[in-house]
Amino acid sequence: MTSHLRIACSRQNLQQVRDFVRGFLTAGHRSEVVVNQVVLAVDEVVANFIIHANGEDANQFLDLMLALTEHRLDVEIEDQGHTIFIPASVSPNPDMREYIRQGRRGGMGMALVSRIMDRVEFFERNAHTVCHLSKTL
Amino acid sequence: MKVTTHSSTDTLTLVLDGELDASSAVVLDAELNKPEILNYHKVLVDCQRLSYISSAGLGVFISHLQRLQDSDVKLVFFNMQEKVFNVFEILGLDSLMNIVPTEQEAQAA
Repeated sequence: MTSHLRIACSRQNLQQVRDFVRGFLTAGHRSEVVVNQVVLAVDEVVANFIIHANGEDANQFLDLMLALTEHRLDVEIEDQGHTIFIPASVSPNPDMREYIRQGRRGGMGMALVSRIMDRVEFFERNAHTVCHLSKTL
Repeated sequence: MKVTTHSSTDTLTLVLDGELDASSAVVLDAELNKPEILNYHKVLVDCQRLSYISSAGLGVFISHLQRLQDSDVKLVFFNMQEKVFNVFEILGLDSLMNIVPTEQEAQAA
């Protein structure tokens, strides 16, 4: 089973992305917590592409593809812009006490993604950045 | 995302309704940024209708927590849905923030 979505690079479209992922996964009678985790991982990567790779330029767009085979979910998010965006590697175990002490509000998104998904890869394909996420459900 | 507030003498309650993400976090940030929030002893966050939180939403709370603590204002979450609590758990924030099951426990915290 596969499903596709194309969105413009506006953070107003994050709701549409979450509804798309929820709709795709809810059909399988999975736990609400697991569905929410996957929705969160996709939302975080898409928000990164929208805000950091494309500067919220609504003339740019992203393609999302979800594929489910047996119990494995694959997600591909392709940035149709031409700026190669590979996020800096983040610690999967950020020191949250220090974040609180510093009043820091960013830098947790990719840590969440790496903890939720089994595999997280960013790579270049045809001069576009692609993020591939996978998880056994 | 909708944020409504009600207050008593020393307690401000924020009622969150909807999904807290990179688009809507600014609404909550504006509420927590108000200087008068430091006049309360306690800020309670009613999460019953909070159906989603992303890192941007967590970041709003984290960015204000130290300032509130420095002013002796307690930040207490209650009525949190399991799927939302799980997001706090993934980063270990459930042990660093005051999250209780009910409003009564939040009032007593």
